[in-house]
Amino acid sequence: MTKTSMTVNGKAVSAETEGRTLLSAYLREGLGLTGTHIGCDTSQCGACVVHVDGKAVKSCSVFAQDVEGADVTTIEGMANADGSLGTIQQAFQDHHGLQCGFCTPGMVMSSAALLAENPTPTEAEVRHYLEGNICRCTGYHNIVKAVMAASGQAVPAE
Amino acid sequence: MPKDGGIGDSTKRREDIRFLTGKGRYTDDINLRGQAYAYFLRSEVANGRINGIDAKAALAMPGVLAVLTGADFAGMGGNPAGWLINSRNGEPMKEPKRPVLAHGKVRHVGDAYAVVIAETYQQARDAAAAVEADITELPAVVDMAQALADSTNLVHDEIGTNQCFDWGWIEDNRAAVEEAFKNAPHVTTLELTNNRLVPNAMEPRASLADYDAGTGDYKLYTTSQNPHLHRLLIAAFVMGMPENKLTVIAPDVGGGFGSKIYHYGEEAAVLHAAKVLNRPVKWVAERSESFLSDAHGRDHVTKIELATTKDGQFLALRSETMANVGAYLSNFSTATPTFLHGTLMAGPYKTPLVYVNVKTVFTNTAPVDAYRGAGRPEATFSIERIIDKCARELGLDQAEIRRKNLLTPDQFPYTTPVGLVYDTGNYQATLDKMTELADLAGFEARRAESAKRGKLRGLGLSTWIEACGIAPSNLVGVLGARVGLFDAATVRVNATGNISVMTGAHSHGQGHETVFAQIVAEQLGIPATSVEIVHGDTSKIPFGMGSYGSRSLAVAGSAMTKAVDKIIAKGKKIAAHMLEASEDDIEFKDGNFSVAGTDKAKSFGEIAFSAYVPHNYPLESLEPGLEETAFYDPGNFTYPAGAYACEVEVDPDTGKVEIAAFTCADDFGNVMNPMIVNGQVHGGVGQGIGQALLENTSYDENGQLLTGSFMDYAMPRADDVPFYKVDHSCNTPCTHNPLGVKGCGEAGAIGSPPAVVNAVIDALHRGGHTHVSHINMPVSPARVWAAINSK
Amino acid sequence: MHSFELVKPKTLADAVAALADGAQALSGGQTLLPTMKQRLADPGTLVSLTGIPELQGVCQGDAGIIIGGATPHAVVAREAAKYYPGLAALAGQIGDPAVRNRGTIGGSIANNDPSACYPAAVLGSGATIVTNTREIAADDYFLGMFETALEEGEIVTAVKFPVPQKAAYAKFVQPASRFALVGAFVAQFADGVRVAITGASNNGVFRWPEAEAALSASFTPEALKGLTLPADDMIADLHGSAEYRAHLCGVMTKRAVMAAG
Repeated sequence: MTKTSMTVNGKAVSAETEGRTLLSAYLREGLGLTGTHIGCDTSQCGACVVHVDGKAVKSCSVFAQDVEGADVTTIEGMANADGSLGTIQQAFQDHHGLQCGFCTPGMVMSSAALLAENPTPTEAEVRHYLEGNICRCTGYHNIVKAVMAASGQAVPAE
Repeated sequence: MPKDGGIGDSTKRREDIRFLTGKGRYTDDINLRGQAYAYFLRSEVANGRINGIDAKAALAMPGVLAVLTGADFAGMGGNPAGWLINSRNGEPMKEPKRPVLAHGKVRHVGDAYAVVIAETYQQARDAAAAVEADITELPAVVDMAQALADSTNLVHDEIGTNQCFDWGWIEDNRAAVEEAFKNAPHVTTLELTNNRLVPNAMEPRASLADYDAGTGDYKLYTTSQNPHLHRLLIAAFVMGMPENKLTVIAPDVGGGFGSKIYHYGEEAAVLHAAKVLNRPVKWVAERSESFLSDAHGRDHVTKIELATTKDGQFLALRSETMANVGAYLSNFSTATPTFLHGTLMAGPYKTPLVYVNVKTVFTNTAPVDAYRGAGRPEATFSIERIIDKCARELGLDQAEIRRKNLLTPDQFPYTTPVGLVYDTGNYQATLDKMTELADLAGFEARRAESAKRGKLRGLGLSTWIEACGIAPSNLVGVLGARVGLFDAATVRVNATGNISVMTGAHSHGQGHETVFAQIVAEQLGIPATSVEIVHGDTSKIPFGMGSYGSRSLAVAGSAMTKAVDKIIAKGKKIAAHMLEASEDDIEFKDGNFSVAGTDKAKSFGEIAFSAYVPHNYPLESLEPGLEETAFYDPGNFTYPAGAYACEVEVDPDTGKVEIAAFTCADDFGNVMNPMIVNGQVHGGVGQGIGQALLENTSYDENGQLLTGSFMDYAMPRADDVPFYKVDHSCNTPCTHNPLGVKGCGEAGAIGSPPAVVNAVIDALHRGGHTHVSHINMPVSPARVWAAINSK
Repeated sequence: MHSFELVKPKTLADAVAALADGAQALSGGQTLLPTMKQRLADPGTLVSLTGIPELQGVCQGDAGIIIGGATPHAVVAREAAKYYPGLAALAGQIGDPAVRNRGTIGGSIANNDPSACYPAAVLGSGATIVTNTREIAADDYFLGMFETALEEGEIVTAVKFPVPQKAAYAKFVQPASRFALVGAFVAQFADGVRVAITGASNNGVFRWPEAEAALSASFTPEALKGLTLPADDMIADLHGSAEYRAHLCGVMTKRAVMAAG
């Protein structure tokens, strides 16, 4: 075991790791940040997406030691400073973009990465960008709506 | 309506706040001091004899605490089937024991035969590789027809057959149906499969077991849709302990879709291990384990026939189905292909004669059980596909053939030829609504536009019905159910007027915490924010059968409503005393108890306070406190119904199908929260599109699962589906529950697959490929291309 | 996964030294990590290549563009667009956005998955694979499914792409993995056209000489009319038969030509 340090949600943190400790395990078990979820073992589902140095990555497919010193943001770091929901989080609630909540952290993190790259994506661009995030509950309708609404665009009435 | 949202308001979900900020508490997020970790060893062969398991090397590895095998659980009971089905000849179904861990034989790839417990998960996994299991591979039985024909290779040697039962419904109809087919002017026949699906709730199954050596109490945190059912199965059937020694907690659960109804061996195994080691034991499935060991869904092979007049009037319908139950009977596996399938084969139509035959088959594959819709999607797919084919053969319009045969509003209550009594409905209204919303009149123009781009556009319809709100206990008892299917709620009014509602339903995405509060708030005329919904903990809730079969609102919601009625009735007694009036003169409205015709009134809060500070209170005739429990057993199933339209574009060069539009007009009875109802339909339709176009569970002839990860099992993604048009304005309230609700959770998954497949066939026909009469799901690009080129 | 030691060299020389005694290289890890989770790989030491500046980036060279071996797909999609849009577009179709932020060109072509996208671009462009010891022409590099000309311990340090006049990639996705069921990369150079197909063959990425000849004569979709590939060596699986893949090779090549304009 070695001590691995990084910045998570603006705070300097460290935890014990092995070489095989995944970033997702570092966050969940090392730091107790259980908002990052594990939904698969093949880098497909995207429930574990976090931002590493501003980029969306699947935290289940990165070794913690490989991103030592990085600046990591997780779902726990997405609310406003006063604790209220951030714009994307609020849009997900307003448009019922989540049901069981399990894929939601990854969806929010991927959506945030999308809007950072492309502030007003088309519907097709949203759908394409989210292809690495699987949701089993919503049929994606309200997720896509929420992301478009978060970008300030019109969405279908229903 | 309360200011912050009562019945009918699209109140935003309160549970979202924790889910959106990473504060949800799913089973794997819970950690107990000193917990150890379990890793299950699973069979790599589909059928095999266990000659011996040597754990000596594994036990010597770092951190290893124990290795338990099937032998350690051999004295425990079997995990039972919840429904006894009798064969046509009167014989009861075959019920081989389903042990906690495989013992003697392994029967499917993924069948767990041992568990390693260690200080860390990695240590348990590392040690698992050192467990030496001597297993002789035996020939596997995978194909259902072969399994039925085979009398030497048996999944369970002790029952002497691979057939679980051969069921006829209704056997008394059989002769009349055969006669009708003999004399029918037209008969349409179709052989089809209902593809096997892996539920794939995004949260894999997980369990955390705790044992208190001081009291002998067990506690299990687990991914359950129905914690009381888990408690019943584990305590009474498998582990043999009084229910009061076991608490089951289902915290936040990341989706279920049926797969988390059932009790699985891992749960009993970690409970037992917790006692043996006197430490908490946690197990979390990896997704690859979920693929191998969660109960799968569907998997029917069906021959369906429809007898009609030359102008398309339905005369009789019959079907023969082989239904796979996999290697063991999962808890609802025998009900799903029978009473959740055969009883729906009349659909929303007037078909006077129906006969259904179902043979269920053991195979060396994972158990198959209820998955979103459970039996009703299979029935609907068969019916709606044969109608589509019949209309093509007779040259009838797809909407017209349905309209001609749909039950009409004046026919309710309607007793179907397969044993159900539909209480109410208006199938013409939803068909008309769908016709308008989907702009069927404009289809030809859209088709022409697609054609300009080289795409074949097709239109598919589906008019569906389901029986849900499961279920009237006396009726299902006659039909073989071994449990009651009522539900329960306790409404606890606290001294300062806020309320805790303990419900037997379990929310794993449905939004009960919001909707149930809306209903109570509406009934009591108080803010919804002062109502808290408690679910998922057997130590807090009186009883409950959980959430599946679109039953939460219709059954558990009704129990809650009845409990609130009792609160109001008691409140009137208290108010009568305080206001010095007769109880009969007390009216309750908008949160106030008042004396009729006067301005004398007490608020709900004052009454609640009085119940807990009973200084001016009729103590001689009334107990203090304000808490009521109600159990509710439904008088009938509920019958949501609707009309769906799907438009697809087929790329004839690649066979790829894109959903161009999907429209739903549903009748769910009264709607409590339209936003949530829409979301439920979206999700169901998304899963239905997944079944129709993408999801394929495939075992090879040796019983190896070829689609064991998201790399090969195609889950619908955001770019596989469109925005859906959803409407539920045509409603006929349920006549027999207090809220007039019918249920909406399964609708989308039931109604959508045939609409999609019908649309693909329509596109091919309109594109000149009239030789294609059917393509089995999933209608993948490769299958469409092969069908086009099969001439 | 099995236990191992992770080392993070800061220079190529240190990485080469670390790999000398049987360690395995770790680039973006988007394929290697899932493989390790299944315990199908058991390296005692993993040498991370992600922290070596000289393996990063996209730049213009004398005869085209040079992409550092550890450059993530997302960087190529963004930064190669102005030099070689067809290549950048292909990089932007690999996996999903999160995978593109980690996965690297060197990792992809060292693995040589028969359904990966990059091998089509590398072979279809006639690129040169630069390693710590030598340069290998693409035509000599891809030796079959998961097989390359790389020696034990050899690292892909860069890939040099000549820039064609026109190029495009058409990908038909396998619906589950989103890898290529069939992907066709076409590139028109002054001296002829190259066509490389991925996803289809049991032998991994391959060139289609007949299509190259036809397109060299006339770079139009019509030029491909009547050309077919035999199904003999094509992959057959749940997602498509050999015949279907052979057919898609034609369709996707045509679409790539149309996209290249």
